Amino acid sequence: MTTFQIEQTPDGPGVAAGSPLKFVLSSVQSDSHMWNLVALQLIMEEMGHEVVNLGACVPVDRLLAACRDERPDCLVISTINGHGHVDGARVISALRADPALAALPTVIGGKLGVRGDADAELETELLALGYDAVFHVGAGDSGQAIESFREFVAANVRTLR
Amino acid sequence: MTTARSVFSSFVAEHRRRRTLVVQPRMGFSGPVAMRRGLRAVAEAGVPAVGTVTLDSYTRTGQHDLAAMSIASGIPLNGYPLVALGPAVTAELVDGLHGPRFPIQVRHGSAQPEDIFAAMLESGLDASEGGPVSYCLPYSSVPLRTATRSWSRSASLLAEQTVDCHLESFGGCMLGQLCPPGLLVALSVLECLFFAEHGVRSVSASYAQQTSPEQDAEALWAMRRLCAEELAGVDHHVVLYTYMGLFPESAAGARELVAESVRLAVRTGTERLIVKTTAEAHRIPTVEENVGALRLAHATALDQPGPAAPPSGDTEVYLQARLLVDEVRSLAPTLAEALPAAFERGLLDVPYCLHPDNGNETRCVLDDDGRLQWWHTGRMPLPAALGGRRDHDRVTATRLLADLSYHRRRLDPVLS
Repeated sequence: MTTFQIEQTPDGPGVAAGSPLKFVLSSVQSDSHMWNLVALQLIMEEMGHEVVNLGACVPVDRLLAACRDERPDCLVISTINGHGHVDGARVISALRADPALAALPTVIGGKLGVRGDADAELETELLALGYDAVFHVGAGDSGQAIESFREFVAANVRTLR
Repeated sequence: MTTARSVFSSFVAEHRRRRTLVVQPRMGFSGPVAMRRGLRAVAEAGVPAVGTVTLDSYTRTGQHDLAAMSIASGIPLNGYPLVALGPAVTAELVDGLHGPRFPIQVRHGSAQPEDIFAAMLESGLDASEGGPVSYCLPYSSVPLRTATRSWSRSASLLAEQTVDCHLESFGGCMLGQLCPPGLLVALSVLECLFFAEHGVRSVSASYAQQTSPEQDAEALWAMRRLCAEELAGVDHHVVLYTYMGLFPESAAGARELVAESVRLAVRTGTERLIVKTTAEAHRIPTVEENVGALRLAHATALDQPGPAAPPSGDTEVYLQARLLVDEVRSLAPTLAEALPAAFERGLLDVPYCLHPDNGNETRCVLDDDGRLQWWHTGRMPLPAALGGRRDHDRVTATRLLADLSYHRRRLDPVLS
């Protein structure tokens, strides 16, 4: 159950300047993959940030409760089982409906659809539902998605804090 | 109560006598027609094979209403929805196929399999797999004590039947890669002992191919020895899984890794092999790809000389696993109590596993020869002389990603 595509550029942009950001990192309820979350946590920590990793198969209510407790600067959803567009939509709808979390910067990345190729429609739909950014890992992605995520964090490091 | 021997274990025992490797696919389709076609193709592949019905992820997580809704709306699932379809449909599915010449196993991935086992037994099937630890920590967020209670009820249900049901531990896989063999062997044997403690009379201990054929052979011999020492009076055998981690993307690389798993199985006298296909890195394999992989595995096995001699003396893997089994058992009179207690104390700790009930203090890396080595043994009771280690440096993301993609780097052609 380990099919993911995360490569990294060791000297890429995004190493935190100044105080670190606090991220909550999580998968979605139907996704039991774990290595993507393990690798992503290490990459984000090496960027200089703090990560609270909720792991795989996280139900929506537990995810929301963790965000209320931890008060992160940003929530990162990573999912690769191909149902990310469905489960990810449920997460963001619940999050934006919660007054305490409606404004929490939230991004999603991974293999979001069952078709391996990047699907612009899925991305538009997820952005319309309230994600601040979507990082789709398409077929043959050898690090573009993670690089875009690094750039997103670097560009928004002030507004996220 | 007199019981009839499980067709599953009789089939494996017969092939052990003949020294032929039993091969098995992973295979699950949402519709009974496609599922039956797949089972029939495996039964008629002309190789000594066990059939598999792999369940979908809604059924795995107990969301049978969602599985039923998907069937009703014609949305394909990633496996066979055993509970939602009901026992009559499944009995019909396996009618004329399941029997002494073609046993069928239900594979599911559930931390709470009561519904699944009940539906399976009602359909006339009597072999499954999993375990209180191996289907809880890597694949669910269910508390380990909840999963263990559920597995106690589930194992007892199998033990009550008038046939000897077969139960395989998935403990030799855990996260599929980067778990030291001493811990994999210990977990697999402990889960088999847990099944036996609940009265299950036919079990198998599993091990997933890792990154060093020599270390893997040591692990399989260690598991065979521990099973012989611990499971006297319980019918048992050993099952190997072709590599469960990041799989080569090239067809040639994938075929080579499968062939390596076959050679490993034969030279260690392993009775059964769960085979992967060349499509593994890309998508769910087709029936034809599965049958092709089973035939290739069988042909490769026939080309091998028989089993080598077991290692003389105690290997490091054996000593690690033996120590862990003994330490866990000393915690409580039953494994149902000792297993969760062992994780609470960090006596067992699966490297990198994010489940809230796993300590996640331990780390594992590959050495220059591709052997799995402890990097940090956390609170596990492994002395330095047995490979225990508490390195203060963190494993870097670069090293982790390199170790995770070891077989791809080794077997896929370098693209320029």
